[in-house]
Amino acid sequence: MLKEIRPAIVSFLLLTLLTGITYPLLVTGVSQVTMPDKANGSMIIKDGKPIGSSLMGQSFSDPKYFWSRPSATSPMPNNPTSSGGSNLGPTNPALMDAVKGRVQALRDADPGNQQPVPVDLVTASGSGLDPHISPAAADYQLARVARVRNLSPDVVRKLVAEHTEGRQFGILGEPRVNVLELNLALDASH
Amino acid sequence: MSANGLLQIALFLGVLLASTKPLGWYMARVYEGQLPVFVRWIAPLENLFYKLCGVDSKDEMRWTRYALAMLWFALLGVLTVYAMQRLQGMLPLNPQAFGAVSPDSSFNTAISFLTNTNWQGYSGESTMSYLVQMAALAVQNFFSAAAGMAVLVALIRGFARHTMETIGNFWVDMTRSIIYILLPLSIVLALALVSQGVIQNFSAYQTVPTVETITYDNPKMDAAGNPMKDAAGNPVTEKATTKEQVIALGPVASQEAIKQLGTNGGGFFNANSAHPYENPTPLSNFLAMLAIFLIPAALCYTFGSMVGDTRQGWAILVAMTILFVGFLAVAEYAEQNGNPAFTALGVDQSASATQSGGNMEGKETRFGIVNSALFATITTSASCGAVNSMHDSFTPLGGLVPLAQIQLGEVIFGGVGSGLYGMLVYAVIAVFLAGLMIGRTPEYLGKKIEAFDIKMASLVILIPPMIILGGTAIAVLMDAGKAGVANPGAHGFSEILYAFSSAVGNNGSAFAGISANTPFYNAALGFEMFFGRIWLMIPVLALAGSLAAKKRIPASIGSMATHTQMFVWLLIGTVLLVGALNFVPALALGPVIEHLNMSRLG
Repeated sequence: MLKEIRPAIVSFLLLTLLTGITYPLLVTGVSQVTMPDKANGSMIIKDGKPIGSSLMGQSFSDPKYFWSRPSATSPMPNNPTSSGGSNLGPTNPALMDAVKGRVQALRDADPGNQQPVPVDLVTASGSGLDPHISPAAADYQLARVARVRNLSPDVVRKLVAEHTEGRQFGILGEPRVNVLELNLALDASH
Repeated sequence: MSANGLLQIALFLGVLLASTKPLGWYMARVYEGQLPVFVRWIAPLENLFYKLCGVDSKDEMRWTRYALAMLWFALLGVLTVYAMQRLQGMLPLNPQAFGAVSPDSSFNTAISFLTNTNWQGYSGESTMSYLVQMAALAVQNFFSAAAGMAVLVALIRGFARHTMETIGNFWVDMTRSIIYILLPLSIVLALALVSQGVIQNFSAYQTVPTVETITYDNPKMDAAGNPMKDAAGNPVTEKATTKEQVIALGPVASQEAIKQLGTNGGGFFNANSAHPYENPTPLSNFLAMLAIFLIPAALCYTFGSMVGDTRQGWAILVAMTILFVGFLAVAEYAEQNGNPAFTALGVDQSASATQSGGNMEGKETRFGIVNSALFATITTSASCGAVNSMHDSFTPLGGLVPLAQIQLGEVIFGGVGSGLYGMLVYAVIAVFLAGLMIGRTPEYLGKKIEAFDIKMASLVILIPPMIILGGTAIAVLMDAGKAGVANPGAHGFSEILYAFSSAVGNNGSAFAGISANTPFYNAALGFEMFFGRIWLMIPVLALAGSLAAKKRIPASIGSMATHTQMFVWLLIGTVLLVGALNFVPALALGPVIEHLNMSRLG
């Protein structure tokens, strides 16, 4: 019964040192030396200060910006200290109301645009921090952004294209547009 | 499904199956103590380690001693993880100055990580210090995975040996699992993940300015710090604005790697693998999915190699793959079809070159439908429980797939070690059923399967449904159980059923709308996780001991071959039949009713 206590205690301590201290420190050391930007959160730096992360979506509601995906984090949207989805079930009336409201908000911001709304633009992301929208969702908003900013749609289209990533290696994942980077580029362009 | 979707799935299965033989061969050599040349330099350190621990690596254990060693190690794990959470406020590496975690939540989390479940009632980024994450939780990711692998290796020895009383040495099997298998793979995977943007640092949370001023509804708190409610019970809010975003950071990549490789699944952040810092790119997602299945698949080869007939391992792997593809097809189809109620609202859910379409609630743009449904099927056929999309928001049939796979006992690839030992128990049941049909004493791998063996196998098969359904029944009868439900109707029942299935199956994923960080759920699910793990390991070890002691009988013309196509289908049939008999009524009350309701909306 008691014969296994010493191996239990000593191996627990030694293996904790190995896997709980040495291993994370080793990974931190190597990543901080070789890939510091990524290991520290892919921050977007302006004048030496971080002004956001290219992996953290921000919330937009002004018609002059491309809007991100809805975020269900609390208390404010896109809150990285409280990540998560809405967890609303597919037949929950609250989900129908939320989607209806989002479709309406998009139509109000862009009267006359009666195209069907791409689904990712009116459904909350899993993390509540999704930095991307689909190219279809960018396309849906393009005319509005161009009109409010008094830009030609082609200029905006070019910026969208610059911030669109295809599938990785042409195969993996989905094509996507980085909303924060695109909006920062829009603000910087004029 | 699009050609690209099929290509992504084929690529995943191709890479997985190509890695099975080399890794499986390597693990067999490690467990048999015949180290390949390229890792022999570690052996002196391993021996020094045994010396310090007072372990004689040649000292073989009977199954009872093996189980006892495992239990001592588990007990230390529970106590340590509990204590570190309770003392968190006094320990270093806590830049956000988080205080002690509540006693019931600490208990639940300690059991959760010890049992390889990684059910998370808490939200990592607002609860756990960096020290607790890496030195308590991530350590258990290694230990619980290694314990599962050790128990599997003991069971394999039961088949491989004959007329022997012992099944190996727990300390040796556990240590080798960590230092030769889990740790080296974790280091490589962690660095690969950082290259994709997974973070790895010890910085305090970073505050950045937002482009727009954000207006939101802030819940009003009373003097005691509890949210205020109006007469109707709705939270009282006031308008607030912010121009800042506080970005949570931490040593994520090192934890992420072992979380997937050890089929643990506990996220550093609440959003788990949907979080852009845990899973930033399609490649990081591909590596995560591969890491979940890598060891469970390769262990099939290890099994075949150690019992001296690799065809036996391949037969099991083929059965697993067929079951997996079947479930995957249902999940992909249901999620891509989307939510019929949305179409009437003016929403475009069709798949095209510029959007994935489908049911995108709770899913990330970079993963779309293909990789969300694929990840969900992988994480619940393995006992991982990491999620890259929110299962609670899946369509009813899409959500039925994860639920049903957990209830089958996570034997389709399954958890590291635990998946294959579960599947081998099903194999024992399958040969028993076949034996009954033709009136012969069943045999498997040259071992006669007798009454004691069938009793142990039956315990492994019957305990989980009993405590899943029993726990669910109790929860739906109690106010404390119903209080946690977030969605109305049949879906609310599914949330409770999923929670108990996930706990007992040691999966850890959730229909996460349920508020499970309450004393009732923390206690109930804590006990369920414990029984779902330990009470299955003990009969498995007993089975190993019993098999090892038996004589090996040579195959005769009357023996059923267990590497053939017929056996593969027999095994698949056994898994589905046993699972279906146990759970179809409960599934009918949850996802099936909801599916019928949803069809009416469209």
